[in-house]
Order: sequence, then C-alpha cells, then structure tokens
Amino acid sequence: MKGTNLGEFEELVLLTIATFVSDAYSVAICDELEKSSGRSAKLGVVHAVLNRLEEKGLVKSALGEATSTRGGKRKRFYTVTNGGKAALLKAKEVRDGLWSRIPAFALK
Amino acid sequence: MTKHPPRWAERLLEWYCKPELLEDLQGDLNEFFDRNVKAKGVRRARFIYVLDVLKFCRLYTIRKPDSITLLLHWIMIGSYIKTSGRSMLRNKLFSSINIVGLAISMSVGLIMIGVLVDISSYDKFHEKHDRIYRVISQRQHLGQDDGNFNATTSRRSARAIQETFAGIDDVAVLHRGFEGDMKVGEKVLPLTGFYANEGVLRVFSFPLLKGNPATALKAPFSVVLTELTARKLFGDDEPIGKTVIMNQDKAYTVTGVMKDVPKFSHMKFDMLGSMSTRDIAETASKNEWSWDNVWSTWVYLELPEQADLNAVQSRLNTLSRKEDPSTPNTHIQLALQPLDNIMTGENLNNQIGTILGSTLLWVFAGLSFVVILSACFNYTNLSVARSLRRSREVGIRKVIGALKHHVAMQFVMEAVIISVLSGVVAFVLFLLLRPYFINLQPDLQQLLVLEPSPFLVGCFFVFSIVVGLAAGIFPALFFSRINAIQVLKNATSVRLFRKVTLRKVLIVFQYSVSLMLITGTLIIFKEYKHFVSFDLGFSTANIINIRLQGNSAERLKKELRELPEVTDMAEAWLVTGIGHYAGEQVRNPHQPEDSALVYFNRVDEHYIPFLNLELLAGRNFMTRPDSSEEREVIVNQQVLKRFQLAEQNPQRAIGEVLHMAGKELKIIGVIKDFRYGKPGNNTPNEVMLRHAVKDAGMLHVKIAGGDNAATYARIESLWKKIDPVHTFSAKFYDDTIKESFSGISASVKLAGFVSLLAICIASMGLLGMVVFTTETRLKEISIRKVLGAGEGKLMFLLGRGFFMLLAIATFIAIPSTYLFCDAVLLKRMANPAPLGVGEGLVGVLSVMAIALVMIGSQTLKVARSNPAEVLKNE
Repeated sequence: MKGTNLGEFEELVLLTIATFVSDAYSVAICDELEKSSGRSAKLGVVHAVLNRLEEKGLVKSALGEATSTRGGKRKRFYTVTNGGKAALLKAKEVRDGLWSRIPAFALK
Repeated sequence: MTKHPPRWAERLLEWYCKPELLEDLQGDLNEFFDRNVKAKGVRRARFIYVLDVLKFCRLYTIRKPDSITLLLHWIMIGSYIKTSGRSMLRNKLFSSINIVGLAISMSVGLIMIGVLVDISSYDKFHEKHDRIYRVISQRQHLGQDDGNFNATTSRRSARAIQETFAGIDDVAVLHRGFEGDMKVGEKVLPLTGFYANEGVLRVFSFPLLKGNPATALKAPFSVVLTELTARKLFGDDEPIGKTVIMNQDKAYTVTGVMKDVPKFSHMKFDMLGSMSTRDIAETASKNEWSWDNVWSTWVYLELPEQADLNAVQSRLNTLSRKEDPSTPNTHIQLALQPLDNIMTGENLNNQIGTILGSTLLWVFAGLSFVVILSACFNYTNLSVARSLRRSREVGIRKVIGALKHHVAMQFVMEAVIISVLSGVVAFVLFLLLRPYFINLQPDLQQLLVLEPSPFLVGCFFVFSIVVGLAAGIFPALFFSRINAIQVLKNATSVRLFRKVTLRKVLIVFQYSVSLMLITGTLIIFKEYKHFVSFDLGFSTANIINIRLQGNSAERLKKELRELPEVTDMAEAWLVTGIGHYAGEQVRNPHQPEDSALVYFNRVDEHYIPFLNLELLAGRNFMTRPDSSEEREVIVNQQVLKRFQLAEQNPQRAIGEVLHMAGKELKIIGVIKDFRYGKPGNNTPNEVMLRHAVKDAGMLHVKIAGGDNAATYARIESLWKKIDPVHTFSAKFYDDTIKESFSGISASVKLAGFVSLLAICIASMGLLGMVVFTTETRLKEISIRKVLGAGEGKLMFLLGRGFFMLLAIATFIAIPSTYLFCDAVLLKRMANPAPLGVGEGLVGVLSVMAIALVMIGSQTLKVARSNPAEVLKNE
C-alpha cells in the first residue's frame, strides 16, 4: 500500500499526537509543534497532514464534547493507532540503525 | 464593533466544505479568531479569518457534488421543458411579447457581438502581432498640443530608432503617397499603396508568393504587387522583373508578388514601393527629414518577447530631448501603441486606414446594454405579473416535494428556453439588419463583415443563454420563495409585488426615454429635409457632375453634345454647396494691412449662366488663350461688403483690383450671393470665381428631365469609350448634396431604429403593468359591475392611472427634448430649420396611440368579463 512510509512533517505530527496521549486536537498540535520544533506550523497544513494520516490509518479521530469556547463547535481529538505506533517505531529503528553505523569521528 | 468573523466567509466555508469536516474546521477557525482578536485586533483577525477560509479550500475539504440532486435535476428537466412549453402555449400573448421583445433587443446585442468579434480579429493574422508596436506622436507648439496623438511620426525619428536603439528586433516604416496610375503596355490601372522599407516584409506577415522577401524592397524603384493587382496588370504572365510606369513618369521594376492583404488588416494597399525610392526622388524636399514633419510616416517596432516597454519609452523621450532643438518652440512627444490596440483604441489623427475607434464602440456597447437590460426587466415584470396564475402550480410542486432550488431551476429553465427561442428570432433579424447596418456608413462597409461564422453563432448561443439567466433569475427567486400552504389556501392573499411605486417610476422613465428619442429623431429628420432642399442660390436639378480624372474636357464635351438629352454643360474645379472648400488670402485694396480669406472656385465661362447665378453688374469671363495670364475675377456681394468696396455698389466695384498670392486680379463682374459651403456649416461666405483656362477637373452636365437613369447609363457608356482605365465617377448634384449630409441621415436611421426599440420595450413594460393591475382588481371590477357601473366608466377607472403616468412622461420628455435640441443641436448648425410644435405632437400622438391600444384592449377585456363567472369562485 502506498504511504505506509512517513514523511518528515507527518512523523513530527504523529509524534506530537503521541505526546498528548488523548487530548490531541488540531490547534493544540499546531501550538505544540511550534513550541517543540521552533518553526511555524500553519493550521491548513496541519489539517491536511492529519487528514492524510487518518486516510493511511495511522491515527483515528473522534469528536469531543461541545464547549462554550470555539463558538460552540466540538473538537476532533486524534489518537495514534497500532499501525501508527508500528510506523513510528519502524522509523526510529531505521534512524537508530543508520546512526549506529556512522563512525564516531565523522560527526564530531 | 462585533467580535464576530465575517458572515459571508462563514457561509462560504459552509457551502464548500464537506459536512463531516465542517464542524472541526469551524471550531479551529473560531479559536484562532478569538486569539487573533486579543493579539492583533478585530479588523486584522477578520482579515486573517477570510484568508484562512480561502486557504482551507483544498481538494480534500471540498464537498463532492450531490449526485442525487444532480440526478433529480436531470430527470426533472424533461418535466420543466414540458410545463414551460405548456405555460407558454397557454399564454400565447405573453409568450410572444416576451419572445419578440427579447428578440428585438437581442438583435442589437447580436450586431454588437458581431462588431466586437470582427474588430477583435483585426491584425491577428500577423504572427508577431503581440510584439508589434506603433510609434505615435504628438506635436506641441509653444507648449500647446494640437489635440490628439497622430498615428504617424517623422521619418527622422524612424531613422534614429533604426540606427541608435538597442533592444528592438526590427523596424517597419511606411510612408504615404505611393499611388497613381500604373501602366503596363497598354493597360493602365489606378492603384494605391505605400512606400515601405525592407522591414515591412519581416515584421508583418505579408508572405511573398514570388520574389525574395529579403531583397524585394531594397533597391530604389522596386514595387511589390498584391496577387490580385498582379493578375489585373499582367494576367497570367510572369510579373517578376517586368517594368511598370507610374503616372507616365517613373519606371518601377516588379520584384515581388505578395498574398492579398487580408480583410482584417488595419492597413490596406494594392502595392508597396521601396522606401529607398524616396531617397532618390525626394532629395529636393527639405521637409523629408525634418523633425516636426510628423504627418506622413508610420513606424512599427517589433520588440523582443517580454520587452520592457518603459525602457523603450524612456529612450523615445531621450530622442525627443535630443532632436527638439532642431525645431524652435516645438516639442514632439513620442509614444508606443500596441498593434492589437489600433482598431479598438483611441481615435488618433492620420490613421493609415479607417478604424472604428473606442468612442463609437463604447457608445454602441452602452446602447445595446441599456436596450437588453430593459428587455430583461420587462421579462421579469411580465412573469411576476403572471404570478397569480403560476403560484398555485408552484404551491403544488412544493407540496409534492420540490425544494426551493428545484422551483428556481424550473423558472430559470423557462427563461432560458424563451431567450433561446428569442435568440433564433434575433438571429433572423440580425441577418436581415446586417446589410442595413453595414451600409449605414461607408466606413462600416470597409471595416466590417459580420459574417455569421460558426464561432459567431456559438457566441450568439452563449449570449442568449446569458440573457435568459439574467432575465429569469429574479422570477426564479420570487417563485421559489412562495409559501406553499398560504398559496394553496388562498391565492389572492399573497402580496405578490409590493414595489408598485418602483414600477410606476420605471414606466415613466421608459416612456420619457421613448418620447425623447422619437421627438429627437423627428427633429433631426426635419433638419435633414431642410438642408437637403436648402435654397443654395442656384439650381441643382437634373445636373450630373462628372469627375474628369485627367481626361480632356473638350473631348468628353464633344461626345456629349451628340446626345439629345444633354442640354448644357459647364466646367468647374470643385462642386459648391457640399462642404468642399478652397480659399486664398486676399488683401483689402484700400487697407493694405487688412486681409481676409476668400473662398474661390475655378470655373469656365459657361458656369454662371449654367447654374443660373445672377450677374448684378459687369460681365462674364470670355474665352482666352490657354497660355494667357490670369487677370480677371468675379466676386459676390459679400466680398464687397467685407472689404467695403465702392460702398457695396456692384456697378462701381467693377475695375477694382484684388491682390492675392502675388497676383493682381481685376473685378470684372459682381454676382448675387449664393451658398458656396455646406448650409449646415458656419463658414463665411465671401466667394470669388476665377477663370479656369483648361480642364477644371469637374464637368457639370445638365440633362433634360425624363428617364434620368437611362441618360446616366448612356453617358457612362460614352465615358467607357473615352477612358477605359478609370471607372466612371459621376453623380447627380442632388444626390451629392444628400450624401454630404449622410452623417445626419445615418443618425436619423440609427436613432429611428433605437426609438422603435425603446417604444416596443416600453409598451411591453406598460402592458405587463396593465395586465397585472387589471387581474388583481378583477373582483373589485365585478362587484362594481354588479352594482351597476358601465363599461366606459370601468375602463376610465382602470386606465386613469396609466394615463397620468404617460402625461407625466410627456411633461418630462417634450420640454427637455426641445430645450436640448435648441441649446445643443441647433446651436452647432448654421441656418437650421426652426423648431416646430409638429414634431413633438406627432411623437406624443404616436406613442400615446400605441399605449391607448394596449390599455384599452386589456381594460375592455376585464370590463366585459362576466361578473357571475368571477364571483362564483369565491
């Protein structure tokens, strides 16, 4: 299947969702991304990525309770699926494997 | 200030976004909006909100078209067509009014589209048309410019651009004046063309069929002929390398044959002569290379792709600064005009060919727009007026399950069907009107084809659909809002159209415009008739004016004397009374510092008796040898008055001497004043007649009345014997006078057509209003009838209001038209016919008669209706 591979930004978003455990929603993800990576994350871009991740089956989403903020609109909370976890682990493995093969002096 | 995101942006989001994504997106945007309100202020937050809504419009957020709705529309189209057809057949009067009204106004729109298509296809055949620019110039003397830019510039600037400008691919230079009789062997053809440099064949796409394009226009005395010209001159012989003699003087070698100039070229010619010819032939002329001689050369630049126009312009400005000192007190401003803009652009002076110009295009576009708009308005008006009948149908549709947009769709469909039908009628009208429109003015004849090509027909089709949509959108919205329950319970309880005042105002407006147009047309027509039959002071009946075109007058006269129909002949240099002028500065014999422009005509000794000019004193010219010097002149009374000669006594003025252009001419006769110029022009009327020794150029022939056409044909066949080269150019004097007022007659025709349209449209608007009012008052009328009111009374009751409206329209239109004509139109003309009451009266009566028929027929129908029928339905 196309797209089990993670893009760089997709990986960042997926990791961010994982850090939130259960209350990850678009605006919070945006803010967290900006804080942790230091680069500005546009809402439109994040939405597109979330949509793609859901299509790939790496995250699942559910609407929360209605609140008085946000003009009475409900939030959509994202959680990482098992497939998502596997994809993250696989990406980490690939990186760790490559890191371990770099001779010590090369990046000193 | 509201702390709310813009409503329309929210709606836009709701409209395009998938329902499952919508809530989340809205929430996110709201959260960001609140944040931005705090951080950046409301205004900025709203702006960001709008931006974000637009940014969210991506492939994955956009809602897929609802296939069920589409399917339903598709299935229902058949039903819509069926019901529309039925309702059209049921109301034949309304349908035909709608179709005819739309068709008439659409035919104007079709002509407009045809003109636009024609005009915009000009010069597109040049491969590099988007890279070619024309250098235009404006001459400013002592800081004052003389109006418009000229399409021409100086040869000097052309040379400077060619030699010193960097970043220009090529330069094409054309110069006027390469024209005359071209002779090959015994064959002579009068041809027109331009001097052209070698660049002309490179810049423009005028492909050569024979000859080498690189060298064809290089050597002096080379000529490139068009295919048609070459065939006329040489038949099937090989033209290349042959010699043609121009004006029995200079010999040119044919170096190329090019494809004929396409119809849609802004420059038209039979041949091109090499520009280098001028360098040899015109060496004596010191004007040729002067900086301010900006009247005769057209310069076209071919710029590289993505050229910087500002850079070229600044180089042109530098050139002006450098060259200006060579001509004292004069500044020549140069500018660039794109080739694609020549046909549609400003009306420059000195065009290379005829152009339509943007002013006329805008006027015409505006006129068509107004006409079409009012026709659309009438459609709306009439369909809403019929809503009483249709509202039940809509109610039932809604009960069965039609949604708002289904109903709207139905009514839009209906309007489109009607407008497409009107489009077909309009197309037939277009085909009928086409020749009249093209022949309205000689210029249009040259410019336009209005060929009904498939592309044009496609444009027409799209146009009729657009008109249908525009006309149908309002009724569609109106009907789709109808409340089903209310309408089914009691149809009359629905307040259908509240804005009755607005409709009244519109009717007054429409009628005022129609009245103004028709009265204006009648007034202009009266002036036209007045000028055409103006007493010029000489007789013009049964006179044919023949242009001699270089032939000997004696020879022609000898032949013509053989014809029994020819009663008299006289020669003249120009035809008077039609707006041709020639003048000479004449010094006042008694006050040397005073001089005045005196118009003149060169005539022979038969001229004065021929035109029945009255000789007050002195004698006519007498035949004199060809070589003798000009010594004598005959003046009119105005000259005596202007120079205060002999206390204006004709007898004593004989023998006075006038000085002009180094000549001294003795007054030998004084004639009564006659009209030299055009009666409508405000020109002075001091005229002198000078003696033409030989071949004045124009032969007046008086013929005995009877079959004028046959006589004309006989003279023409005589002409062909004498001069087989030039076509016979002769016209009856009266026709020439009419032609000189062709501008007025063209505007009479155009204004007449437009007023007809305006009246049609206004009448339909009125009819709709009358029907609407009478139908809503049907019950009231019936009750009145039951109580004993007579038909006449009822008609008066119903029609009273409308006649009030028409009276108001008359009181607005008639005085303002008279004031306008008096203050503007007639002020510009000399010797106008005075304004009469007749025109206004005829205009009002004709418009009123139509309105009366309309109101009368409808009110009579209602007044005659059987009250029992109407009232039993309660």
